[in-house]
Amino acid sequence: MRIDRRLLLTRRRLVQLLTGAGTALVAGCDAASRTAWFPKVLGVGEQLTRGAQHLLTSRRSMAQEFTEADLSPQFRSNGTSNPDNPVYQAHAATGFAEWALEVDGLVDSPAKFTLTELRALPARTQITRHDCVEGWSAIGKWTGVPFEEVLVRVRPSAAARFVVFHCADPMSSGERYYESIDMEDAYHPQTILAYALNDAVLPVANGAPIRLRVERQLGYKMAKYVMRIELVESYAHIGRGKGGYWEDRGYEWFAGI
Amino acid sequence: MPRAVRSYLYQRHAFFVRVTHWINVVAFTLLLMSGLQIFNAHPHLYWGTSSYAGAPPLLSITARPGPAGEPVGVTTILGHEFTTTGVLGLSRDPDGRLARRGFPSWMTVPDTRWLAMGRRWHFFFAWVFVLNGLAYVACSIWSRHLRRDLLPAKGEWRTVGRSIVDHLLLRHPQGEAAKRYNVLQKLTYLIVIFGLLPLVMLMGFAMSPWLGSLWPGWVDLFGGRQSARTLHFVAAWLLVAFVLIHVFEVVISGVWNNLRSMITGRYRVRIEGSSDAH
Repeated sequence: MRIDRRLLLTRRRLVQLLTGAGTALVAGCDAASRTAWFPKVLGVGEQLTRGAQHLLTSRRSMAQEFTEADLSPQFRSNGTSNPDNPVYQAHAATGFAEWALEVDGLVDSPAKFTLTELRALPARTQITRHDCVEGWSAIGKWTGVPFEEVLVRVRPSAAARFVVFHCADPMSSGERYYESIDMEDAYHPQTILAYALNDAVLPVANGAPIRLRVERQLGYKMAKYVMRIELVESYAHIGRGKGGYWEDRGYEWFAGI
Repeated sequence: MPRAVRSYLYQRHAFFVRVTHWINVVAFTLLLMSGLQIFNAHPHLYWGTSSYAGAPPLLSITARPGPAGEPVGVTTILGHEFTTTGVLGLSRDPDGRLARRGFPSWMTVPDTRWLAMGRRWHFFFAWVFVLNGLAYVACSIWSRHLRRDLLPAKGEWRTVGRSIVDHLLLRHPQGEAAKRYNVLQKLTYLIVIFGLLPLVMLMGFAMSPWLGSLWPGWVDLFGGRQSARTLHFVAAWLLVAFVLIHVFEVVISGVWNNLRSMITGRYRVRIEGSSDAH
């Protein structure tokens, strides 16, 4: 068999070329990620995704609901499992008897709701899949007040565009957790303030006394330990201005994917 | 004794094939690398809807203390454990330190552990990849590339066996036959374009909680969200296997001639003469 020396050399050259290109690619991608402008270019993809997903689904499209047989044996606690906050701890010690949820901002009648009052409002129970941005999923049975029931009582003003959830848990940076959703999600039938998980009082590890459920989005949107709810026109002045604790750290505000 | 060789340049690949091919190279590479970054945030794969249904993961890439207390990279596939220190589970950071990590930093975009940025890269290039793919399919249908070059001709099916043997013996079509895709090549491309690529895309959609609401329950057709994540991963690696075989075939069947034909379109066809006198 004829050995083509040019070809052997070519192969070695090709391997070198590929290795060099690979290393340069990784280094280049990392450098691009750290610029101010390139992540914004990549953000175009997120805008397209949000637009396309809203185009494909109706405003009130429902997340899949499951049966008791699908329940995860134990619902995983992720992020904060016990807020390091003396005010919160005092409430937890008394079973949140003195606690009240404040709802204010761009509303006609700001109000406070005790846990007893929230439990007395119409309730919804849903067995849904919780998808973490990390990649895992767990199934839990949530019972709570449809957020719409709270909204009709505080009467949002026409200027209100977002609902901001202020939480009790301080994060590693010292800032408290917060999240925001738009009015479309706020009025969605599956958006509830959950006070029970798997037919038991919501444990501290999963967000007692109430945690938000926004079933068409990822787990980080579903704020735990909600203390105050504020309706706003813009969230630019809250936290670092991106609409949530994780959003302030580079995660997308729209977490439908 | 040299044989007489006649050769000429042939326009082998259409402009749209060349453009979409190279866009695809960039998009697929970045999708794979950013995908591995996303996988690293939870380096386990499951079958079913949830990750906490009681069954052990199908795949886990983790690190744990070894007999002397030193960390060891361990990959578990369907209950079988493999020590993979240095590559999977435990590998060196860009700065040289050993770190717990599913796939090593040289395979991920960005190289450090940075899920939010990995997602940005992934979802941006997912759009590039899908739009580019749709453009390719549309142009292929419109220009008859699909019917003329990709679909096997009637009699060609009978030559599949011979083509497999030829590929295994590294025998490649020469002369005029090298102008067209061979039958195995056609079938592979069709499986990739109309099988694997739609599957990887659909399984990506199946992981989106928002798209789950499009028709509640559709994700269950693929075994549930965690199954979809597993299928997305498996399909991605099948695509990698395809690329490796593809590049191997390109290299051994005349790398520069093949590369030129995918850049300028021109492919040199060599026809060996029969004027030898023995």
